[in-house]
Amino acid sequence: MNAFAILRIALNALRVNKLRSTLTMLGIIIGVAAVITMIAVGNGAQARVEEQIKSLGSNIMIIFPGSTLASGARGGAGSQQTLTEDDAAAIAREVPEVQVAAPSSRGTGQVVAGNSNWSTTIYGVTNDYFEAREWPIVGGRLFEPGEIQSAGKVAIVGQSVTRQLFGEAFDPEAILGQTVRIRQVPFTVIGVLDKKGQSMLGQDQDDVVFVPIATARNRLFGQAQGKLRRVGTISVKTREGLSMADAEEKIRALMRQRHRLQAGADDDFSIRNLTEILQAQEASSKIMTLLLAAVASVSLVVGGIGIMNIMLVSVTERTREIGLRMAVGARGRDILMQFLVEAVTLSLIGGLLGILLGFGGSAAVGKFAGWRVEIEAASIFLAVGFSAGVGIFFGFYPARKAAGLRPIEALRYE
Amino acid sequence: MSEALIQVSKLVKEYRMGDNVVHALDGVSVSIDAGEFVAVMGPSGSGKSTFMNLVGCLDAPSAGDYLLAGQNVARMVGDELAAIRNKRIGFVFQQFNLLARTSALENVELPLLYSDVGKKERRERAARRLQQVGLAARMDHHPSQLSGGQQQRVAIARALVNDPVLILADEPTGALDSRTSLEVMALLQQLNGEGITIVVVTHEHDVANFAKRIIQFRDGKVVEDKPNTPADAQLLVAQSTRQAA
Repeated sequence: MNAFAILRIALNALRVNKLRSTLTMLGIIIGVAAVITMIAVGNGAQARVEEQIKSLGSNIMIIFPGSTLASGARGGAGSQQTLTEDDAAAIAREVPEVQVAAPSSRGTGQVVAGNSNWSTTIYGVTNDYFEAREWPIVGGRLFEPGEIQSAGKVAIVGQSVTRQLFGEAFDPEAILGQTVRIRQVPFTVIGVLDKKGQSMLGQDQDDVVFVPIATARNRLFGQAQGKLRRVGTISVKTREGLSMADAEEKIRALMRQRHRLQAGADDDFSIRNLTEILQAQEASSKIMTLLLAAVASVSLVVGGIGIMNIMLVSVTERTREIGLRMAVGARGRDILMQFLVEAVTLSLIGGLLGILLGFGGSAAVGKFAGWRVEIEAASIFLAVGFSAGVGIFFGFYPARKAAGLRPIEALRYE
Repeated sequence: MSEALIQVSKLVKEYRMGDNVVHALDGVSVSIDAGEFVAVMGPSGSGKSTFMNLVGCLDAPSAGDYLLAGQNVARMVGDELAAIRNKRIGFVFQQFNLLARTSALENVELPLLYSDVGKKERRERAARRLQQVGLAARMDHHPSQLSGGQQQRVAIARALVNDPVLILADEPTGALDSRTSLEVMALLQQLNGEGITIVVVTHEHDVANFAKRIIQFRDGKVVEDKPNTPADAQLLVAQSTRQAA
């Protein structure tokens, strides 16, 4: 008996009991749709975290200044600028795991170009900062060593700033060499950065202007700290494949020594390992995806049990038909195949409809809950494979029961 | 006589009912030649149905031999028996056993589905057999749209479609009124005239009288096996036709 004939018998049998077939399929449809939607939601969350990791740069930790203690009142983190450029240089020099240690100081200011102006964040940095953040420029150049030494009035701008100041039409060549005034000081734009997107807190990372760190200190935020070369934070990038925890320990020891902290005294700085935090987030979103998929697959299994139930009813109902088929020459395996194909057809059609519903469900979640969803090709194959598997697994027992009937008994069954 | 189509010797079939062993068939030896028209009769529980099931290869005997066209099928199992049923035996049942919601043509095609016959040939052969039983105009009708007699004729066409050597009819008129019973039996008689061996199980003498030979069963044994004289048969046919009219 050929496959086509078997399939036709199966489709006929399903057509005869349309309502029953549809309801049975519904279990699989809902199961598959749930699996696809849940995996899409999980993947969306995961992709978001992955993107954040990418935008942060890999293996990044950030050293923040500590807090002050004045008359028993403790200031918040960063209330005292305890970090210096020399700390950064020492970290880069003395901790072997460190690839770069980039000092930066931060302020805000009005930026004016022609007749547009925009308030943005201004960072004083060295070229190391761009390396640490893995943030390339798309036009122009980085700072020259001389510009960093002599507090040159040059600026590298993020793309949100160029859009605000120079309009939507983005043409790095037209922007380069333009003069912008930052806090009334004229600067020449020498570079435009690549687009970075949102940070993990949802801030626009491209809304930023970079100037050499000495320039920021001496010309823009001229606080009385020139000599000490205070900086706001130090971004540290460790070498690939080396332990970030080790690096963190060594940096902590080095900083305590440099800051002459007594044993038992609190750190006057804090180290935040952002990569680790994000990795933990990624791991938890992975677990979340798995969990969602596992819960959703429970409904697939329930759907499979529905198929088994209906197939058992069907075998009983059609006992005489089975007996007749055997009497006219059907072998056990013909009967087995007939019922197995029927079960698998049921579950596969359910699976395909479930995929469509899964697409719809994912789109709906994306639209109404505002979550990011990503449908993966693998989850579709998984769903189809799973539903076929469910059909075979739960169809086999009823089919074998049918095939094992004895012809005379089946023929005489009332 | 060595070329008997059905050669059954010392056939035994036992059923176990709790502690009791029931001898449904107790050493039956029968020989049926090709081209015969045999009626098997007997009260219920006499073993005639069991005999039919064994001859039809629907069941295996507990002991004894059964040669069908020289082949010992008593020792065959599962798939081999299925192949014999498919190729050599055509069944006609009391309840017709047609597939509901399936056209007459497809019902007749059914045995061919299990014997690797191409779709086109299947159609042709099924159509030819339906024509032979006088249902050429009813090919696309479903069983529910056919009368009892027509349904039984579809069943006969189905029994014929794979060119069997033997047709086994188990109470073929049991669900029919006497008029259509006669039609169906006349059809079987006609087929027998064309050379097909027919074995009918029945408890109606009117039906049995169409046969050329009547075998009586009782308590699992053959108690009488004699030719049915054609003259008697004709007379009875004439009588029953009158009664029906």
